Amino acid sequence: MRKRRGWLRTGTVPPGPVTTGDVLAEAEALRVRLGAREVLSGVAVEARAGEVLALVGPNGAGKSTLLGALAADLPASEGVVRVHGRPVSDWSAHELALRRAVLPQSASLSFPFPVEEVVRMGRAPWAGRPEEDQDDAAVASAMAATEVTGFAGRPFSALSGGERARVALARVLAQRARLLLLDEPTAALDLRHQELVLRICRERAREGDAVVVVLHDLGLAAAYAHRVVILCAGRAVADGAPSEVFTDRLLSDVYKQPVEVFPHPRTGGVMVAPVRGS
Amino acid sequence: MSVTDRTASQAPEDPAEAPPPEAPAPEAPAPDTPAALARGGVTRPRRSATWLLTVGLAVVLLLLTLTSAGLGAYEISPGDVLSSVAHRAGLGGGELARVPESVLWNVRFPRIVLALLVGASLGCAGALMQGVFGNPLAEPSVIGVSSGAAVGAVAAISLGLSFLGTWTIPVFAFVAGLGTALLVYATSRSGGRTEVVTLILTGIAVNAFAGALIGLFIFLADTAAVNQITFWQLGSLSQATWPKVLAVLPCAVAGLALAPFYARKLDLLALGERPARHLGVDVERLRIVLVLVVALLTAAAVSVSGVIGFVGLVVPHLLRMAAGPGHRFLVPGSALGGAVVLLAGDLAARTVAEPAELPLGVLTALFGSPFFFWLLRRTRRRQGGWA
Repeated sequence: MRKRRGWLRTGTVPPGPVTTGDVLAEAEALRVRLGAREVLSGVAVEARAGEVLALVGPNGAGKSTLLGALAADLPASEGVVRVHGRPVSDWSAHELALRRAVLPQSASLSFPFPVEEVVRMGRAPWAGRPEEDQDDAAVASAMAATEVTGFAGRPFSALSGGERARVALARVLAQRARLLLLDEPTAALDLRHQELVLRICRERAREGDAVVVVLHDLGLAAAYAHRVVILCAGRAVADGAPSEVFTDRLLSDVYKQPVEVFPHPRTGGVMVAPVRGS
Repeated sequence: MSVTDRTASQAPEDPAEAPPPEAPAPEAPAPDTPAALARGGVTRPRRSATWLLTVGLAVVLLLLTLTSAGLGAYEISPGDVLSSVAHRAGLGGGELARVPESVLWNVRFPRIVLALLVGASLGCAGALMQGVFGNPLAEPSVIGVSSGAAVGAVAAISLGLSFLGTWTIPVFAFVAGLGTALLVYATSRSGGRTEVVTLILTGIAVNAFAGALIGLFIFLADTAAVNQITFWQLGSLSQATWPKVLAVLPCAVAGLALAPFYARKLDLLALGERPARHLGVDVERLRIVLVLVVALLTAAAVSVSGVIGFVGLVVPHLLRMAAGPGHRFLVPGSALGGAVVLLAGDLAARTVAEPAELPLGVLTALFGSPFFFWLLRRTRRRQGGWA
């Protein structure tokens, strides 16, 4: 462990080393209530270092709620959520910020900060620590990876929806936390940028981070996730490699819509498509 | 630039893959390499703008102080002012004649210092409040915190309380202002933001209730207290004395000293409450501390000179336009700017209609209200109506 600097942070535990396969986030028998409704009823998931985990499922299945619980935004009414091996309630907000980064579903900003300053906000947790020296490099590489460098000086409020989404992702990447929780990072993006974002997820996993990503596009999940958890009505109904858990019957059941799963004619990769009348 | 983005219509995705980078600043080498950009692409011109503004405001403030000290019914030349100040500071110079020396040190300087304190408090409180509410229209007088503090001050005057000496009025103003700020904060936010409509309507309700309470206290007060209250309500600095300066000094200094420490966290809060928490900000604590600081600053300003509106609205806005929304400059900059505006306002108030004196609150409202109106209209246009 490095020596800590600054009297304000004396209690902060710096993040330890992470090796591939470590469980960086896990939920155990997790139940979450939002108001009177139980949104998650007994879910168990594990996010491991070196792995892209996709959360999929129909609207209202509890994907974002699960992500929110893993991010420590939502309290568990029962069960436990651990981040880096400790229950989330044992970490301070600052300690969590050194360990996990979260991309919310929609990005908004109260004041018109320029793009580069927004991305730089991702470095805030490292202020006053040795890692602060990497600020410039982290910001620059995050902006380059998400292709937002070209409008670094423009105010965030002047960007299109897709550009904002990429800037928000750049901020999350710049944080350089070992656990990434991304809520629908591809929702506002065009085809090319959807691919770009998931390639970034794979890249981060290859470098040993744990990536949890909520996705609606099953094709993207099949192509890029190491592991998929299918949620349905607040329960995890499947957990495994896309090629194992994506089956015609399960997906048709879960989505209440006939779905077919077939190998790509050229690459053999898993393809998912709704069955449509011809 | 001032609109909360949540309701802004989604512009269509730019078809061009990477829009051409903005015209490179002449001194920035190869601005499209990521490293060059990160090192200073945006921040360098920004930083020089903030430097220029800071220095410019400081110079203006010094000149205004000098002018303000010299102008009035009894004119004193800038040279004499400087000489007297130097003398008192033990840096040479020389004492003036008895009358100008007394005018300068017992009338002009307390008034100038009070104007600086009140202005800095108002400007800074406005910047903080806009950051906390995530809304560029938030301001102590708009949302009713000033009126709340005024209720405390009026209560103290009306009931003839003085058990805390000269600090009685500031303390009462602080307690009442804090209560009001907490109330407004608790009731007007949803999802970490305050809609403009909610904010303004809450302000109307709070101001109405505070107005009623003030009326009640005036009704209960004796004639001498009524006179004192009326005078105070007009928002004048004409009764400035050193004891008055001392009375508000603790509130103002505490607030102004604490505020800059939270600038970086306020930047993060612009992302929303949850993202700020994800970046390690203890949002609950931040809120409580900042509401406390705003109440301190508002109480300092209100207990001297009644409700002086719009300084906290106009100053941060102009600075944001000039130097961007980063709070590390905005918070101290607004204090400096507020001091400049109030000192200039007070100078105008006591010189334009000589020998009569315009109430300062009237003057700031005269200029501030149209600005507020313009802001409202612009915000509405950007949001496409209040819905």
